[in-house]
Amino acid sequence: MQDLKKSLLTAAWFMFLTFPIMVIRVNTVEDTIEWRWHNLALVGISAFILSYVWRYFMVRRERGGGKPQTDAAPPTPAWVSIVIEDKRILYPLLAAFTGFVASFPFLFSMYQTNIMISAMVFVMLGLGLNIVVGLAGLLDLGFVAFYAVGAYSYALLNEHFGLGFWVVLPLSAILGTFVGVLLGFPVLRLRGDYLAIVTLGFGEIIRLVLENWGAFTHGPSGIANIPRPGFLWIEFGLKDGITFMYYVMIALVLFTILVVTRLKYSRIGRAWLALREDEIACQAMGIDKTKTKLMAFALGATWASMAGVVFAAKTSFVNPASFTFMESAIILSIVVLGGMGSTLGVICGAMILILLPEHLRAFAEYRMIIFGATMVLFMVFRPQGLIRDRRRKHTLKKPDDTPVSGDAGKVVDAHG
Amino acid sequence: MEYFLELFLGGLTRGSIYALIALGYTMVYGIIKLINFAHGEIYMIGAFTALIISGVLAQFGLPGWSILLMTLPIAVIYSSAYGFTIEKIAYRPLRGAPRLSPLISAIGMSIFLQNYVLLAQTADFLPFPALLPELAFMEGFSGIMNSSELFIVLTAAAVMAGLTAYIKYTRMGKAMRATSQNQRMAMLVGVNVDNVISMTFVIGSALAAVGGVLIASHVGQINFYIGFIAGIKAFTAAVLGGIGSVPGAMLGGLVLGWTESFATGYVSSDYEDVFAFALLVLILIFRPSGILGKEEGHKV
Repeated sequence: MQDLKKSLLTAAWFMFLTFPIMVIRVNTVEDTIEWRWHNLALVGISAFILSYVWRYFMVRRERGGGKPQTDAAPPTPAWVSIVIEDKRILYPLLAAFTGFVASFPFLFSMYQTNIMISAMVFVMLGLGLNIVVGLAGLLDLGFVAFYAVGAYSYALLNEHFGLGFWVVLPLSAILGTFVGVLLGFPVLRLRGDYLAIVTLGFGEIIRLVLENWGAFTHGPSGIANIPRPGFLWIEFGLKDGITFMYYVMIALVLFTILVVTRLKYSRIGRAWLALREDEIACQAMGIDKTKTKLMAFALGATWASMAGVVFAAKTSFVNPASFTFMESAIILSIVVLGGMGSTLGVICGAMILILLPEHLRAFAEYRMIIFGATMVLFMVFRPQGLIRDRRRKHTLKKPDDTPVSGDAGKVVDAHG
Repeated sequence: MEYFLELFLGGLTRGSIYALIALGYTMVYGIIKLINFAHGEIYMIGAFTALIISGVLAQFGLPGWSILLMTLPIAVIYSSAYGFTIEKIAYRPLRGAPRLSPLISAIGMSIFLQNYVLLAQTADFLPFPALLPELAFMEGFSGIMNSSELFIVLTAAAVMAGLTAYIKYTRMGKAMRATSQNQRMAMLVGVNVDNVISMTFVIGSALAAVGGVLIASHVGQINFYIGFIAGIKAFTAAVLGGIGSVPGAMLGGLVLGWTESFATGYVSSDYEDVFAFALLVLILIFRPSGILGKEEGHKV
């Protein structure tokens, strides 16, 4: 009864709240007013239902929050551990997956392959941002700036000097790192939330410069006719070119995953995690704060820049409109929803967030509103994201089996 | 000289609006140490509500000033209601969470609200009616300032004076100051911190709505995206003055307004937004605590 009353009140409140914007639409040209009363009913009913859902999850969250927050990973579901541990199931599954990925361009249309390529571009971007946000805990809202640097470096170097994809890819990586250090150096002394705003500002500055510096960047009209990558001396036609790009992208994504995973468990990776958890304690442990942050920032920029080159090659056209804050927000939501710090999570996040709207075209206009809502809901109910980041743990066993008192038999590595 | 005066007064107008929005940022930051990313959206919603309400009222053929007198309070009420609701949904459940969580939640909220208005209304720029009346005696000054600018500056000044008095003398104002100094201690002496935080959001949103209605009427058009740039600029103003400081936000708004006005007037108008961002970056690098802010130590 209490719940019913609360939900009715919530519904009434939201009907009041959304009344002018949802119900009334003023046509300023013809000076008429459109009343959309059905929206009011819609808001009322959904607010009523959602308030029950919200309360249910709130209660669940509170119950879960009662127990102390431990870093220990929750027990893996039974079927997952069976699949992972039983080699007879795991290997055929892996083989089937690899086969599917490898034959994708032949099984599906060029259009599908193209979508897959853009999803993989976002995987790369997500993994790059994951270093900055997920591992080092630096909220970078201007990540798209580095993506733009990569895309424009390919477009411009190709236009003026005729450099090909394979030459520009490593060049842009270096350029991205350089720009990352350049932008990172002054701002990384700032605390988390200031950093977010400054990077946002930088992202906008770069876009505005691209838009206004017409002599250099061709302004808002952008640069067209950017060639796709060839292989050695072979130039591909449209269809083969896209198929080839698909494989290039797979190689790049695998390379990214390899590097990111290696980095995560390296000395610098542990330093990032420490920095994320507590800056001051981390400094007290003798970690060079600025250098570690700069490293994360620059590495993130490197991947974004490389992804930018691929993007320019894929669409064969760049203009400043592709590099707005919304793009940064999408990459950020990939990282946040996938699971901050978790490589697998970011890959899943990118696949879901990019492929889903592509395949649900009817849904496309609701894409951003759903992104926004899920970001809030995930932060409230599942801050660890879809796939929780697991920390590698080392368990040391005593060489001899003499029983020891206390926990000495099971020491969890401090950085774990 | 006249050109200088025009830029100066133009900067003052802009600056007053920035200051009004910046106050919301700075008050919220002062109390819960959160950059309320959705604040710019509240400003936008204020302007949109005003557009809609004034459109409905105009159908009855009421005179301009009476429309303004009815529209402004309604826009303020609605914006405050949005601010209150946003805090309850997106920020309150995240008290005590890691710092990044409420920030991401705020960004999500901002994206949500933008697209909510985009879907429920339109993506196009809508003409905003000139609600602010024309004053006859201002015609003599038409070269340097028009009457809507005068209205903006005067209203902003009055609202800010009111806010200063409110924070200084009322019970709630005292509770706010106590909470921003030390939340736990305030709780111990019997301040209802939840109410104080809600009230902060309500007041901040109300100020943003006033700013939104004034500037929309002055500029003459709005769309769903105006909150984004205005939000960043107002945040710049808040940081400029020293975030968490109420007089700082007012000063910061004015400094930012003048900087933009003079830079676009004397240097180049293509890079209007770049100047604001560049100023923000420079301030954060050289004086992160802002003009009137206090240096704070950090503890583990």
